[in-house]
Amino acid sequence: MKIHEYQAKELLRKYGVVTPRGIPSFSVDEAVKAAEQLGGKIWVVKAQIHAGGRGKGGGVKLARSLDEVRKLAGEILGMQLVTHQTGPEGQKVRRLLIEEGADIKKEYYVAALTDRATQKVAIMASSEGGMDIEEVAHNTPEKIIKVFVDPLVGLTDAQATELAKGIGVPEASIPQAIDAFKKLYTCYMETDASLAEINPLILEGNGNIKALDAKFNFDSNALFRHPEIVEFRDLDEEDADEIEASKFDLAYISLDGNIGCLVNGAGLAMATMDTIKLFGAEPANFLDVGGGATTEKVTEAFKIMLKNPKVKGILVNIFGGIMRCDTIATGVVAAAREVHLSVPLVVRMKGTNEDLGKKILAESGLPIIAADTMAEAATKIVAAVK
Amino acid sequence: MSILINKDTKVITQGITGKTGQFHTEKCIEYANGKNCFVAGVNPKKAGEKIFDVPIYASVKDARQATGATVSVIYVPPAGAADAIWEAVEADLDLAICITEGIPVRDMLVVRNKMKAKEAAGGKKTLLLGPNCPGLITPDEIKIGIMPGHIHRKGRIGVVSRSGTLTYEAVAQLTELGLGQSSAVGIGGDPINGLKHIDVMQAFNDDPDTDAVIMIGEIGGPDEAEAAQWCKANMKKPVVGFIAGVTAPAGKRMGHAGALISGGADTADSKLAIMEDCGFKVTRNPSEMGKLLKSLL
Repeated sequence: MKIHEYQAKELLRKYGVVTPRGIPSFSVDEAVKAAEQLGGKIWVVKAQIHAGGRGKGGGVKLARSLDEVRKLAGEILGMQLVTHQTGPEGQKVRRLLIEEGADIKKEYYVAALTDRATQKVAIMASSEGGMDIEEVAHNTPEKIIKVFVDPLVGLTDAQATELAKGIGVPEASIPQAIDAFKKLYTCYMETDASLAEINPLILEGNGNIKALDAKFNFDSNALFRHPEIVEFRDLDEEDADEIEASKFDLAYISLDGNIGCLVNGAGLAMATMDTIKLFGAEPANFLDVGGGATTEKVTEAFKIMLKNPKVKGILVNIFGGIMRCDTIATGVVAAAREVHLSVPLVVRMKGTNEDLGKKILAESGLPIIAADTMAEAATKIVAAVK
Repeated sequence: MSILINKDTKVITQGITGKTGQFHTEKCIEYANGKNCFVAGVNPKKAGEKIFDVPIYASVKDARQATGATVSVIYVPPAGAADAIWEAVEADLDLAICITEGIPVRDMLVVRNKMKAKEAAGGKKTLLLGPNCPGLITPDEIKIGIMPGHIHRKGRIGVVSRSGTLTYEAVAQLTELGLGQSSAVGIGGDPINGLKHIDVMQAFNDDPDTDAVIMIGEIGGPDEAEAAQWCKANMKKPVVGFIAGVTAPAGKRMGHAGALISGGADTADSKLAIMEDCGFKVTRNPSEMGKLLKSLL
């Protein structure tokens, strides 16, 4: 689960990491009021969407007067902000963060994430803040310093010092940097984050270290113990169909192709998508109905797939293990009837009660195309939509 | 022969009284020698009771002492599953198999580091399979987990995969072609897990009754590449490789918590390229895994 920058900073402040003062705003008037409340002579008007690259896309602007705050807030609120992470259609800006200006002397990067290979928490820092870290990793990997933290021990002084010195924090500011790294680590662990990134972490003219921008992702498996994080969820930033699917315990992700697919198991679902592509078409979605697919779940899955106007055909691929093929076949027939299915449907079933399942499909009177293998199923659905 | 488990393995079921635990324990008992293998269950509140004739003990330690079991299978719900793994480790079992899906990553991080610290201090090493996995099976001997037993057939091909149904797919293809399996192992779809591809490939390499292996991976993480590099230098048996997720977009979690492209090196294409480089016969057509393997024998 992702959250907004202003929420990420709220979390960081809770853990003692220093950030610029700022106030979230949902309207132009609120934005102006926020600037007044903050005082000072310079403000930053920042679009709040769940995607990076907001500055480059024109979603972060400097204002030198309250009138300018009003003007910029009016321009940014409601705009379709396009960044390298939003796709060409962009994301509508519904929230702003009005922040006091900062005296940036130097920009750094720091992030905490879980490292799969070492099974430790990696803290990554770089002297090249404010940039896309993937570019830094690609072009100048030597400018990224990494330490691996044993969760039983925590981030040690030695590791934090290594990071601060490694990215060139001036001597006088090293204690502040160490403090920020340790607090970031604690925040990462205690909130069950899967990514906690401060980019940039800045050195101000007076030597202070502050988090100027922040991004968090959270482990969805741990949200049950973090109601305070769940409250940060902004459904406007998520795909409506994915939200709908999650209500029925379906894992759904929309893609760009025209063949919908419904599969049990994540690995098999990806393999089915890959097979569709291998035989000359593109999948319209990833959809894992999971282990306990009921008629209701299959029907909902069909409805969600068919909401996508690009879908010209559907491929169902089920490996019946514990879940029996006849149960699935009954579900598919009921679903196809309920949604008055008008696009070609290919069903491939394998495993427990396979023959019974095929019989139910054949006797349904529906124009369902049967297939024995994934490859045959993909060939048939690709031919049917052409 | 087989890897990790066989008909003489004695198994403790943690979470035997829950709905999932009961359902699958019954199926496991019915499979092959299961009746003699599944010797104990654990539930602190129901110690002294029995389920399917299997005695329930208050702790893994008690169950181990009473039955001599060396392996446990865990169906405990996500919030308590990491503690259940640690209980199996503290009881000095040889192997803990965690089926549970949805365990918080932090819990797995902590328990994995506790396991490593215990080993480093000279304590007994307990292997962990999973979490979020179907378990493992040695056909006609023992099945520990949630896979459908009837699609398997005894034989000499090893199968290892991060995905449940994709493992079944590979197994069913082999069985249809008349090729049985020595063992089929699901290592699970989570980012922080126990046994990895490389560990299972080593075991298959050392097993005199495995002739060839199908290794199935998916997007996300470095494991398949590491296993492939190891195989390049050490594997004496032919390997067929498949990676799911060529069509998966970067930055999106594809069902499994660990199936997430987060850099350039963990895409399906780059994993396939490394595997091919390391001498695997790779296919981009998952319907051909069995046929391709047969062609190598």
